[in-house]
Amino acid sequence: MTVGSRTLVLATIPERHRVTSRRRVVERLIVSLLALATLASVALLLIILGYVVAQGLPAINVDFFTQRPRPVGEVGGGVQPALVGTLVLAAVSGVIAIPVGIAAAIFVVEYRTGRFATPVRFAAELIAGLPSIVIGVFVWAFLVRGLIGHFAALAGAVSLAVIMVPIVARTVEEVLRLVPNSLREAALALGAPRWKVIMRVVLPTARAGVITAAVLALARSAGETAPLLLTALGNDFFSTDLLRPIGALPLQIYRYAVSPYDDWHTKAWGASLVLVLVIGAIGLLLRVVARQRVN
Amino acid sequence: MLVPLTLAAIALLIVIDSWPSLSRFGLSYFTTSVWDPVHLVFGAAAYVYGTIVTTLVAVVLATPVALGASIFLTEFAPRRIRGPVAYLIEILAYIPSIVYGLWAIFVMVPVMRDRVEPALQGSLGKVPVIGQLFSGTPVGLDLLSGGVVLAIMILPILTAVSREVLLAVPPTQREAMIGLGATRWEAVSLAVLPYARPGIIGGIVLGVARAFGETMAVTMVVGNSSRDISGSLFVPGYTMASAIANQFVEADSELYFSAIVEVALLLLLVAIVVNTIARYLIRRSIADRPQGAVV
Amino acid sequence: MTTTVERKNVEGASTAPESLTVVSNKKVTAVRVEHLDAWYGQHHAISGITFDIPASAVTAVIGPSGCGKSTLVRCLNRMHEVTPGAYARGGVFIGDTDVYSPYADPVAVRSMVGMVFQKANPFPMMSVYDNVAAGPRLRGWKLSRRQTDELVERNLRRAALWDEVKDKLHRSGAALSGGQQQRLCIARALATDPSVLLMDEPCSALDPIATYRIEELIDELARGVTIVVVTHNMQQASRVSEHTAFMLAGDDGVGRLVEFGRTEDLFTAPKDDRTEAYITGRFG
Repeated sequence: MTVGSRTLVLATIPERHRVTSRRRVVERLIVSLLALATLASVALLLIILGYVVAQGLPAINVDFFTQRPRPVGEVGGGVQPALVGTLVLAAVSGVIAIPVGIAAAIFVVEYRTGRFATPVRFAAELIAGLPSIVIGVFVWAFLVRGLIGHFAALAGAVSLAVIMVPIVARTVEEVLRLVPNSLREAALALGAPRWKVIMRVVLPTARAGVITAAVLALARSAGETAPLLLTALGNDFFSTDLLRPIGALPLQIYRYAVSPYDDWHTKAWGASLVLVLVIGAIGLLLRVVARQRVN
Repeated sequence: MLVPLTLAAIALLIVIDSWPSLSRFGLSYFTTSVWDPVHLVFGAAAYVYGTIVTTLVAVVLATPVALGASIFLTEFAPRRIRGPVAYLIEILAYIPSIVYGLWAIFVMVPVMRDRVEPALQGSLGKVPVIGQLFSGTPVGLDLLSGGVVLAIMILPILTAVSREVLLAVPPTQREAMIGLGATRWEAVSLAVLPYARPGIIGGIVLGVARAFGETMAVTMVVGNSSRDISGSLFVPGYTMASAIANQFVEADSELYFSAIVEVALLLLLVAIVVNTIARYLIRRSIADRPQGAVV
Repeated sequence: MTTTVERKNVEGASTAPESLTVVSNKKVTAVRVEHLDAWYGQHHAISGITFDIPASAVTAVIGPSGCGKSTLVRCLNRMHEVTPGAYARGGVFIGDTDVYSPYADPVAVRSMVGMVFQKANPFPMMSVYDNVAAGPRLRGWKLSRRQTDELVERNLRRAALWDEVKDKLHRSGAALSGGQQQRLCIARALATDPSVLLMDEPCSALDPIATYRIEELIDELARGVTIVVVTHNMQQASRVSEHTAFMLAGDDGVGRLVEFGRTEDLFTAPKDDRTEAYITGRFG
C-alpha cells in the first residue's frame, strides 16, 4: 500500500477524471439541506406532541373524566358526556362498518369473478378519498333532514361508519390476500361450499389482521370532527339515546377551542391529550401484536 | 351486503346533487363572491379562491421538506435510523385534525402574527411583484396560516408516498450512475429522481386532495370572515370546506342551505377527480415501470 | 502462479493507459492486483488475489458460481463497497493510482474505470444521445454542442451501434432491443475515456446473435482499452480473451485465484488440477 499524501495520490488520477471541488461542495451542501428537512419534520412532530402534553396535563383530573360541563363561564366540570359520546359513537359505527367492510373485502377477494368486484373496489377507494365534511353533508341530507328529522347520535354513527368502511375493507382485503390459496383449495377439495370455506377457514386464519383493521378504523373515527358537526351536533348532558344529539371528544375540543374562556381552552388541550394517548396506545398495541405474529 | 357499497357511493353522488338544484344561480355562482343570506344572493368564488390559495401555499411549503426528508431517508441517512425516523414522520398522520387545529390556533397563529408575518412583510414584502402577497396588517388568522397548517398536515403523506416511490426505483439505475463516476447526490438527482418523478407527482396530487378536504384545522385558523379576493395572504378568508363547516348549522333558508350544499357538491367533484388522478399516477410508479417510454 | 505476458506494441490510441513498464521488456501492465481480500459483512468472499492485468488486451475471469469473480472485478473500481456492509482490503494499482489508498476518492476511481453490468441498464428517462453524453457531462467536461455530437457519434460507432440508432438518437434509451441496450451501455462507458473497461457477464442476458456481436466488439475495443470480462461461459472466455484468470471457492467458502495465464495455455495445458477439472466439465 502506497503511503503518500493526499495530493500525491490524487495527482496520479488523470485530469479528465478528477472530481472537481465544486462537485464535492455541492454534495455536502445538499446532503445537509436534506438532513435539515428531515430534522424539521421530526421536530414538528415533537413540538406538537410536546404542547399537547404540556398544555393538556393540567386539565387532567378525576373531575375531568366524571363530570359534565359547568355552565358557561364557570370553572370546573369535565367532559364526561363527550367521552361517553365518543365511546357510543365508536361502538355503533363499528357495529355498522366492520361487518360491511369485511363483507366487501371478502367479496372482492374471494369472489373475484363477476362484474361487481371492480366497481365495489373502485367505489370504496372513492369514498375513502372524500372530504369528511362532504360525507357529513350527505348523511345530514339523508338522515338528519330526511329519515330522522333532527340531529341524532345515529346519524353521527352512520357518518363515521361511511368513513370507516373503506378503511376496513382495504386492510381486510390485504390480509385476506395473504391467506395462502392452498388452504382454500384444500378445504374446497374436501367438498365444503364456498361460504363455509370463507367462514370456517379463511376468516379465522386472517383473524388477527381483521381485528387490526377494525381497531385501526375505530381509532381513525375517534378523531373525526367535521361530519359530527352536521350530524351528532354535540351534547353537554350525558346521553346514550341514539335518536338524540350526542357529544364527542373532538366536538368538545372544537367548541372549547373557539370559545373565549381560558379554562375551556385548557380542557380542550386535556381532551386532545386523551385523544392522542388513546390513538397512540392503540397504534403501539397494534405494532406489538404485528411483531409478535411475525415471530 | 356487497352491493350497498357501490350503491352507497352512487347514492352519495345523487343525493348531494339533488338538493342544490334547488338553487341554480348558474355559472355566476362561481364567479361572484357576494354572499348575502339576507338578500339571498350567493356566490362561492371567495371560497374557491381560498381553497386554491391555501392548497397552493401548503403544497409549496410541504413538497420541498417532504421530498428532502424522503430522499435523505432512502439514500443518505445511516441505515439504522431510517426505519424509526420514517415511522416518526408517519405518526404525524395519525394525529386528529382537530388537535392540529387546536395547536395551530393557540401556538402557531400567535407566532405567525407576531413574528413570521411581520418578518415576511419586512423582507419579501418589499420585492415588487411578490410583495403584494404580504401586504396588509398581519392578523394571524388568515389564508397564510391556513396554508401553513395544511402544509404540516400533508407533510406525512407526501413523505410516505415519496419514500415508497423512491424505494421502488430499480437499484440498477443508481448503480449505473455510480459506475459512471457519480457522487451519491448526483446519482440520486440524475438517475433516481427522474425515474421516480411520476410517482412523486402522484404523491403531491394526493396531498392536494387531502388539503382540499381538510376542514377542522383550517376552519380554526383561516379567519372565516372576509370574502374579498385580494392578492394578499395576510387576509382572513374561507376555504370551501371551512365555509360548509361554519355556516351549515346557521343556514336558515332553503336557498341558503342549498347554496352551501352546492359548495359541498363542488368539493365532492373536485375530490373525486383529484383522487383518481393521484392514485393512477402512484400505482403506475410503484408497479413495474413500462419499458420503452419515449422521452 | 502469475504469468506476465509479452504483448505487442500498444497502438497509438488516444487512451493509452499509464503503464508500469520496464522499457526494454515491453511488458505493459494496466492493473496490478496485490493480495486483494473482500468481505460482505462477515462473509469473507475472496482472498489473496494477486495478478497483473495486461494493457490493451482482454482478460477473462472465469469460475463456477459463487467463486467470487464478480466480487473481484467490482473491487477494481471500488463498486464493491457500494453494497451496504461490504468492504475490501489490499492493493489495486491502476497505472500509478493506488486505488485503495486512504486518500483515494472512490468517485474519481470509478471515473477512471468504465463498467458494463450483467443486465443492460440504460437510463430510460434519457435519450440515447443523453445516455452516451451522461458520463462526460457528469464530470463537467466543457464541450460545445458539436463536440458532444462528435463524442456521441464516435462512441456509438465504437460500440457498433451508430448505424442502428443514428436516426433514433432522441428516443429513450430503453426503446432499444436487449442487445442494442447493452451496446448502448458500452458506448456510455466508453464515452468517459476510461483506461480500463470492466464487463460483468455482459452477455448472459442476451440471445446468441447479440452475444456474438458483442464478442466481436470486445475484440475490436481491446486495441484501445484494457478490458476485463467476467464470464461463466468458458467458450466465450477462450474466444474473446488473451489471458484468463480461473477462480474457485474453497471449502471455506472463500474465493481464491487458482490459475492465471495465457488463455491458450490455460485451456490446453492447465497447470493446476482444479483448472483442468473445471475446463473438462467435471464440475461447475
